[in-house]
Amino acid sequence: MKGFSGKVLFLDRSDINTDEIIPAKYLTEISKEALKPHLLEDLQLDVFTRKKDIKGKSVIITRANFGCGSSREHAPWALEVNNINMVIAVSFARIFRQNMFNCGMMAVELPGQTIDHLFQLFSGKETLIETDLEKNVFILKADGLEEEVGFSISDFDRALVAAGGWVEYADAKY
Amino acid sequence: MGQTVAEKIFDSHFVDNPSGDIHVISLDAVFCHEITTPVAINDLVIRNKDRVFDPDKIKAVIDHVTPAKDSKTAMQGKILRDWARRHNIRDFFDIGRNGVCHAIFPEKGFVRPGYTVIMGDSHTCTHGAFCAFAAGVGTTDLEVGILKGVCAFNYPSTIKINIVGQMPEGVYAKDVILSIIGRLGVNGATNKIIEFAGSAVDAMSMEGRMTLCNMAIEAGGTCGICYPDMTTVEYLWEFIKDKYPTKEKALEEFKKFSPDPDAEYHDVIEHDVSRLEPMVAFGYKPDQVKPVRKMEKIKVDQVYIGSCTNGRIEDLRIAAQVLKGNKISDSVRGIVSPATPKIFRQAMDEGILKIFMDAGFCVTNPTCGACLGMSNGVLAEGEVCASTTNRNFNGRMGKGGMVHLMSPATAAACAISGYITNSSLYK
Repeated sequence: MKGFSGKVLFLDRSDINTDEIIPAKYLTEISKEALKPHLLEDLQLDVFTRKKDIKGKSVIITRANFGCGSSREHAPWALEVNNINMVIAVSFARIFRQNMFNCGMMAVELPGQTIDHLFQLFSGKETLIETDLEKNVFILKADGLEEEVGFSISDFDRALVAAGGWVEYADAKY
Repeated sequence: MGQTVAEKIFDSHFVDNPSGDIHVISLDAVFCHEITTPVAINDLVIRNKDRVFDPDKIKAVIDHVTPAKDSKTAMQGKILRDWARRHNIRDFFDIGRNGVCHAIFPEKGFVRPGYTVIMGDSHTCTHGAFCAFAAGVGTTDLEVGILKGVCAFNYPSTIKINIVGQMPEGVYAKDVILSIIGRLGVNGATNKIIEFAGSAVDAMSMEGRMTLCNMAIEAGGTCGICYPDMTTVEYLWEFIKDKYPTKEKALEEFKKFSPDPDAEYHDVIEHDVSRLEPMVAFGYKPDQVKPVRKMEKIKVDQVYIGSCTNGRIEDLRIAAQVLKGNKISDSVRGIVSPATPKIFRQAMDEGILKIFMDAGFCVTNPTCGACLGMSNGVLAEGEVCASTTNRNFNGRMGKGGMVHLMSPATAAACAISGYITNSSLYK
């Protein structure tokens, strides 16, 4: 099973689409590793220094409708090869969300108010998140601040994360 | 209790309910192209699972970059080609026979009312025009589809949009769907099916209905769906005539998938198109739309007519009507890409290609190419394209380029004038 704890990258915008996460011109790559330098290359965001901000991050916290647009699984892969295995958002585009769990990664929804609160408390600070999959809580820490936030994912999504993805799950079952 | 179209299709394809409202359903067709499938094929090989659930239910095409433009795209084509051969996938369409997936597969009669279809391509929702459940998926879902013929979805929740009123002359399905996306927002139908109903849809050709359903994903929708009627039967008749004694009998069969009168919807929306104007997208999101009339005078560097949204024969006929007897502006590069070889040939036989060429357009082979900035019309930084495609995301047609989405009639008008303007067909 993948790891879901580490440093947080805050992306303060809704509707970040898969063309922004990984532009179509890189879809001719057949290895996932080749996507690594191009993550979020076309992101439209005022305060974002791409390479510096991505470096060392393991989790993204963002607003609504993350991953809209194309069905490309290259978007989760581009995150994965940068060691980002989890995105927390108000909502996700359907295909992107499914692709994340299909790869054994996590796309977790939290209410808009909670996300607002986390942005207020932690955005701009070096923030660490610990994910407890048994208790279903995130613990966020920065500058002596600590905040515990509960979350839920479906049993099916949990099974996909545990199985390491949908291929092994489906081939064993159907 | 009454059921929606998608509920009927899901229940008739039920395989499993692993938890909550997740339903695993069986698939009638798995469509494949060379961008998202090779990674799935390679992964199946690595996992020692290089099998296909049913070679007759898998259809494959090389369409995104064709002919190959470099070694990488040549390899993507080769992986798909070799795989199709070794698994005896007979419906594989390569150079000379290939076209844009969401145009060629319906044209071959591969989608029928009540079908379940997946493809590793977000515009798979197009095929819902045939009253099918058709959804874009990622590579892993595609991989499992190829291997096991199943896919998992949330049990469908549906928004019904009643499109009423008679569309004014010079206003088309593209203008309708742009206005709907503008109204719903890019997130407005996420995780939802959209049923497109009403007199305006009844009056549309299958081509128009495909344009409508094609962009359901731009509002976040899983699938757009139109109801089966005689237009559906007529379109499919050459493929089904041995199966049904009469067209009426076929329609009766297809209507089993029409929604029940007491079906329950997440939302029902009335959308009046009797005063709709030609629409255009601005900005970097497809829900940023306004009437062409309200657009400031924006200079256009390139006009692109084609794609799974608007590269069909009806689209080319409309554009040709605008272009006939005119020359495109000296400052515009005009590109038209008929979406399939059949459309290309029809356009040739009807003299449409001549009209395009006389006007100054370049005619390309069928391919997705420029729509996603992969080939055949990539924009340079700072350039503007008037386009009949489906996405205006930042960088979509080339880094730093701007894409304005519109109907083929409007795009043709932009080519002539050199800036964004209404067509002569809209009065």
